[in-house]
Amino acid sequence: MAVTLSEKAAKHVASYMAKRGKGIGLRLGVRTSGCSGVAYKLEFADAAEPDDVEFESHGVKILIDAKSLPYLDGTELDYAREGLSEGFKFNNPNVKDACGCGESFSV
Amino acid sequence: MELLQIAEPGQSAAPHQHKLAVGIDLGTTNSLVATVRSGLSVVISDELGRPLLPSVVRYLQDDVPAKVGYEAKDAQALDPRNTISSVKRFMGRGLKDIAHRESMPYDFEDSAGMVRVRTVAGSKSPVEVSAEILKTLRERAEASLGGQLVGAVITVPAYFDDAQRQATKDAAKLAGLSVLRLLNEPTAAAIAYGLDNAAEGVYAVYDLGGGTFDISILNLSRGVFEVMSTGGDSALGGDDFDQRIFCWILEAAKLQPLSAEDAHVLLTCAREAKEYLTQHGVAPIRARLNSGEIVDLKLTTEVFTEITRTLVTKTIQPVKKALRDAGLTVDDVKGVVMVGGATRMPQIQRAVGEFFKQEPLNNLDPDKVVALGAAAQANLLAGNRAAGDEWLLLDVIPLSLGLETMGGLVERIIPRNSTIPVARAQEFTTFRDGQTAIAIHVVQGERELVSDCRSLARFELRGIPPMVAGAARIRVTFQVDADGLLSVSARDSTSGAEASVTVKPSYGLSDDEIANMLKDSLAHTKDDAQRRALKEAQVEAQRLIEAVRSALKNDADLLVAEQQSAIETAIAKLQAAMLGEERRDITLAMDAVEVATRDFAARRMDKSIRRAFAGKTVDEIGVISESEDNKHMGEHA
Repeated sequence: MAVTLSEKAAKHVASYMAKRGKGIGLRLGVRTSGCSGVAYKLEFADAAEPDDVEFESHGVKILIDAKSLPYLDGTELDYAREGLSEGFKFNNPNVKDACGCGESFSV
Repeated sequence: MELLQIAEPGQSAAPHQHKLAVGIDLGTTNSLVATVRSGLSVVISDELGRPLLPSVVRYLQDDVPAKVGYEAKDAQALDPRNTISSVKRFMGRGLKDIAHRESMPYDFEDSAGMVRVRTVAGSKSPVEVSAEILKTLRERAEASLGGQLVGAVITVPAYFDDAQRQATKDAAKLAGLSVLRLLNEPTAAAIAYGLDNAAEGVYAVYDLGGGTFDISILNLSRGVFEVMSTGGDSALGGDDFDQRIFCWILEAAKLQPLSAEDAHVLLTCAREAKEYLTQHGVAPIRARLNSGEIVDLKLTTEVFTEITRTLVTKTIQPVKKALRDAGLTVDDVKGVVMVGGATRMPQIQRAVGEFFKQEPLNNLDPDKVVALGAAAQANLLAGNRAAGDEWLLLDVIPLSLGLETMGGLVERIIPRNSTIPVARAQEFTTFRDGQTAIAIHVVQGERELVSDCRSLARFELRGIPPMVAGAARIRVTFQVDADGLLSVSARDSTSGAEASVTVKPSYGLSDDEIANMLKDSLAHTKDDAQRRALKEAQVEAQRLIEAVRSALKNDADLLVAEQQSAIETAIAKLQAAMLGEERRDITLAMDAVEVATRDFAARRMDKSIRRAFAGKTVDEIGVISESEDNKHMGEHA
């Protein structure tokens, strides 16, 4: 079981964290909502929770709560630029069906 | 697919509920739009990666959309009448307010309230032109952020008046933007540097743009910036430095008068040399002119500094004046923020550093700093704030807040446009001898009489110890918190008795109503002042009568019968005058009462001094406190 960051994503996360000036890593997760069932959570993490599973990728600590992990296992978080827009993108092998916007999905 | 941003812990937005907000620097020469991505302010560039949008709009035929930005700017020489630049200078201005309009290529048209420009696409107001710029920025932001914006913070110069601010808001509305707030440019720059979280104190913002120079002195207190003074020169900027280099080239290369095209080439060379010199000691200037002449020169930093020395000095003069206006000296300034591309020039950095005796803040891009600060503010206002984040609200109260004093007059405590949070206190006193309670009537509006203002709340302060009229000291404090909530408290300083009330002053007032109330006050300024003067005289007269009556009651024995009846007659005449509408009659009758009672007053004084001195040494008597001119408040409003 693993969740990783692409090198580009890790670089962006590291620079955002440095500018933010606090935090121990990046929290990934899912929650039930959205048009296709489950939605991603992408946040800075200031503290670890008891049921967190931790990964490390390109020097960035990733925290995922145990309940979210099955939905995210094997995911690589990438950073992409599309036209004028730029941001993070979940490359998640578990997704069967995503809503048009990609913000929520089902497995 | 949608690209995600990193949220603060616990702040991940539900899908499709990101609150997209932007900050817009609507500049005279260039405009920018910025947003907060993953907790960081960034400027949004166009498809070609250019962050700036030249504030230039070119109108084509009626049914063709106007061109905005670089494309319009490039067409300026080609189509000057329909290509509008520096429209910010026209915002909220009438035709006669516009300086040098004869040297501008536009076909101006006078119109009620604001000047307009006739173009091939019809007559356009500055609001419409600005709206084109804002619309372009909105579309750029929406394409980049992938959704509709909930709102924007738009920056305006600190010296913009209400008409100019309103025009900016109208332009935003026309461009389909909801304005979260207008923010002063220097304040935005200070926020970009995080000074809102810095130590309290005075900060200077030195803004040298392409064609304008602004200096603002800000005071930071409890997380809120207050503009203490502003100054500048609306015809001084980076372009003047280009011009100096241009003249130097002409002289150094001994050129004959140039064609317009050659002049344009050399002016571009001059600008490039200026920019090159920010990083290098020597700039090469090479050009082949249409006339066949070849320019090949080297401009050193020393020469550049020398030929622009007077320009640099010209910026320091307004800085000195702004400090003087704020009643401050250089030593009071805690930090200096540099804004505007022209502040990259080393001689500017040096001159500002020397003047303020400290290194100016310059590690953010001076072209972007205002937009970045506006974006940070927009992000907060849209509600994308991290838990526990201090969030400041730089809002102003739309109408003055005050209270009723004797005679139905309004005493203004907090003037309109005060930034909130704000607290002001004033001392009031009693009107009658032995008055033990005062009625406090809180009102809102710009008019002089209570009946023309809006009543917000009434409450009473009881438990004032009985004293002669005017002796009690009641401190009334008005406090508006960051959410616009007003609390008014009154405290009697002798007994410590207190009472208070809380109201929401803007509650139930629409923008239109506020505008109407303001318009009303302007229309009535003159007769309001006259009515106020009359009322004041009436109150003064009533107070005089009360004072004389109370004296007569206590010390009638000091007077012979004729004296007493003379005083009674004078009072009766004054009472009659008070019923009339002539302020002059009242003051004359008051003078008569004063004359009639002069002797009486002297006798009373002798009597009380004799009483006071009886059996006391001088030390025990103490200092007679000076009477203060406190306003009187009655028992019943």
